[in-house]
Amino acid sequence: MTAPLAEVAASNASLRAFLHGLPGVDRVGAEARAAMLGTRSIKTTAKKHAIDLAIRMLDLTTLEGADTPGKVRAMCAKAVRPDPSDPDAPSVAAVCVYPDLVPVAVAALQGTGVKVASVATAFPSGRSSLNVKVAETEYAVAAGASEVDMVIDRGAFLAGDYLKVYEEIAAVKAACAGRAHLKVILETGELATYDNVRRASWLAMLAGADFIKTSTGKVSPAATPAVTLIMLEAVRGYLKATGRRVGVKPAGGIRTTKDAIKYLVLVNETAGPDWLDPEWFRLGASSLLNDLLMQRQKLATGRYAGPDYFTLD
Amino acid sequence: MFEYAPAPESRDIVDIQPSYGLFINGEWVEPHSEERHPTVNPATEEPLSEIAWADEADVDRAVETARKAFVTWSAMRGAERAKYLFRIARIIQERARELAVLETLDNGKPIRESRDVDLPLVAAHFFYYAGWADKLAYAGLGRPGREPRPIGVAGQVIPWNFPLLMLAWKVAPALACGNTVVLKPAETTPLTALAFADICRQADLPPGVVNIVTGAGETGAALVRHPGVDKVAFTGSTEIGKLIAKAVAGTGKRLTLELGGKAANIVFDDAPIDQAVEGIVNGIFFNQGHVCCAGSRLLVQESIADELIEALKRRIALLRVGDPLDKNTDIGAINSAEQLAKIRELAESGEAEGAERWSPPCTLPDRGYWFPPTVFTNVAQSHRIAREEIFGPVLSVLTFRTPAEAVEKANNTPYGLSAGVWTEKGSLMLWMASRLRAGVVWSNTYNRFDPASPFGGYKESGYGREGGRHGLEEYLAL
Repeated sequence: MTAPLAEVAASNASLRAFLHGLPGVDRVGAEARAAMLGTRSIKTTAKKHAIDLAIRMLDLTTLEGADTPGKVRAMCAKAVRPDPSDPDAPSVAAVCVYPDLVPVAVAALQGTGVKVASVATAFPSGRSSLNVKVAETEYAVAAGASEVDMVIDRGAFLAGDYLKVYEEIAAVKAACAGRAHLKVILETGELATYDNVRRASWLAMLAGADFIKTSTGKVSPAATPAVTLIMLEAVRGYLKATGRRVGVKPAGGIRTTKDAIKYLVLVNETAGPDWLDPEWFRLGASSLLNDLLMQRQKLATGRYAGPDYFTLD
Repeated sequence: MFEYAPAPESRDIVDIQPSYGLFINGEWVEPHSEERHPTVNPATEEPLSEIAWADEADVDRAVETARKAFVTWSAMRGAERAKYLFRIARIIQERARELAVLETLDNGKPIRESRDVDLPLVAAHFFYYAGWADKLAYAGLGRPGREPRPIGVAGQVIPWNFPLLMLAWKVAPALACGNTVVLKPAETTPLTALAFADICRQADLPPGVVNIVTGAGETGAALVRHPGVDKVAFTGSTEIGKLIAKAVAGTGKRLTLELGGKAANIVFDDAPIDQAVEGIVNGIFFNQGHVCCAGSRLLVQESIADELIEALKRRIALLRVGDPLDKNTDIGAINSAEQLAKIRELAESGEAEGAERWSPPCTLPDRGYWFPPTVFTNVAQSHRIAREEIFGPVLSVLTFRTPAEAVEKANNTPYGLSAGVWTEKGSLMLWMASRLRAGVVWSNTYNRFDPASPFGGYKESGYGREGGRHGLEEYLAL
């Protein structure tokens, strides 16, 4: 961390002073800006570019109690080659699974360039001890996960115990041991206000997050354009303040190509085009991929194929 | 890099006649005047159509028609009048896309604004006043037990910046209150008013209730001076407003004027900065700055000035200037060569007087009237760009140290139409709002309009209010 912010996490009081000193967010204005960017009209060549970019940014996700090795292997196959009828369709960025299924995904994706992300830290609620959270992170990393999606302790955050949240993130980051990227899930649907989203974004970045992520997908509302806008402003501000670039990942509720493109426009006109890279922006979704493929094929052929022409995995 | 491909709205939906007559007594009539002038697309300089410049005889004919129509229209039950207004509102919604394209072609404003701001507000205004037509006795105006009565014939002269919206602001309350109308649209933007004439026919509005005479200043002067006009409503420059006030003085005509402005958009150090930046951009670059209530003076607390200006410049560099029909355009064309010359002259004076001029790198089209988004920093209260209305995409940035100084600077102008205040502190917001001498004070937002909210000025920004319950008062004898 660079000098100006080095002392911020010295105590809960100094963290609080810093986070509460961030400029506020006006809800009406933020939502109006996000809505306005949603009216951008992305057509023809721009749409083609955006669809391929969105596919390359996808974290194809399955996080269910009923997940099995078979299900994960099928999803991995799809992640590598999403459209069997078109080998030019790009692979997705990563698959995202529970820790115990990481070895299955790692084996399936060997040599493909598609990364394996694992949720950890008592996902989705985060209600466990720090030891358990760290152990779970170590387990996922040891199994070969190159990205860890942790959840913050929302209870501690809402209670004003920012230092506890900070220390947990820092401990999980240490458990990643430089072998895995850390995505920090804020669960914005539980933070409720945009002021909290901005503070939690800065808190996570200060503690070492490589990415900040909106949601687990288990809480409604999940990602929204306005929440993502606030987080994109935060990473932009953080880069300016520290020189370190942090990525953003909206997750949950993004189902259509139209939605995905709106997020890319948000990135382009908020954080800026430097973030328009799978390295710095991801979309956490599952059903979105088939809609992207359908629109992609439509652009190429001028016709929509029926849903049975796209694989269900 | 993520380049947006051109996304032009199709203009096939509009049907522009090669020339137009005048709309009098529910029909298109040949003007007595033989003078005709083209109206051009300011983005391309392409002539769109030829319009008549009505003379005194034409205006006389329109006013006499409106007088005759007043007899039956004013006697009609409010609920009946409301039916026509609701019908007009619905037709506007049905034809919104066509009207938006037409407005953009004739005015130069981006289709995103005509589609998402102008047209929804136009329809909302008709719906709002339609609702009042049968409730005038309950508007809390005048004396209890005495039915408010319409005034008579309203002569209405509107500007070119929001052609159809200004028509709605004028026509909807006038009709709801039982008056009849002779309306003169601006000579550079007559097409949507002429399309509105067609909507009146489509709605079966009784002939003569709305009459539309096109032309320039002479036509407007003839309308304002006509003895058969009982009420004059004008939106436009303070210079013309003063002439109208003189012409109307002593005649017994009722008058409302909605004139110029040099509004302060005031940003305190505890403001929600990212939204304030949006509000500043929306305040001055909305509609190319052709907005009487534009936030053309940014007053920023000195302690955050550098940070805010940097963020503002970063944001302004993202504005997309160009083809107004492209759905991704943020800033369209300046409405006329004349207005462009005024903006250029005043901007040059800013440089000459020592302010620092900045525009983002942007390529302007070769044809048409264009001016890049421009910011002046180091502006002093004494500079012309801090005093005179520029009516273009040009922002003057001044600083202040304390709330009292902000109020003093904001009020230190001959105008008083609007102001914006940005602070997260509610008590400061209220303190400011009670001291700013402006008809509208926006709190953590800018350029937001609603038909239920009265709009109008202090001082040289005019008098009378349009919109809301207050807007009824201007069209009623109480």
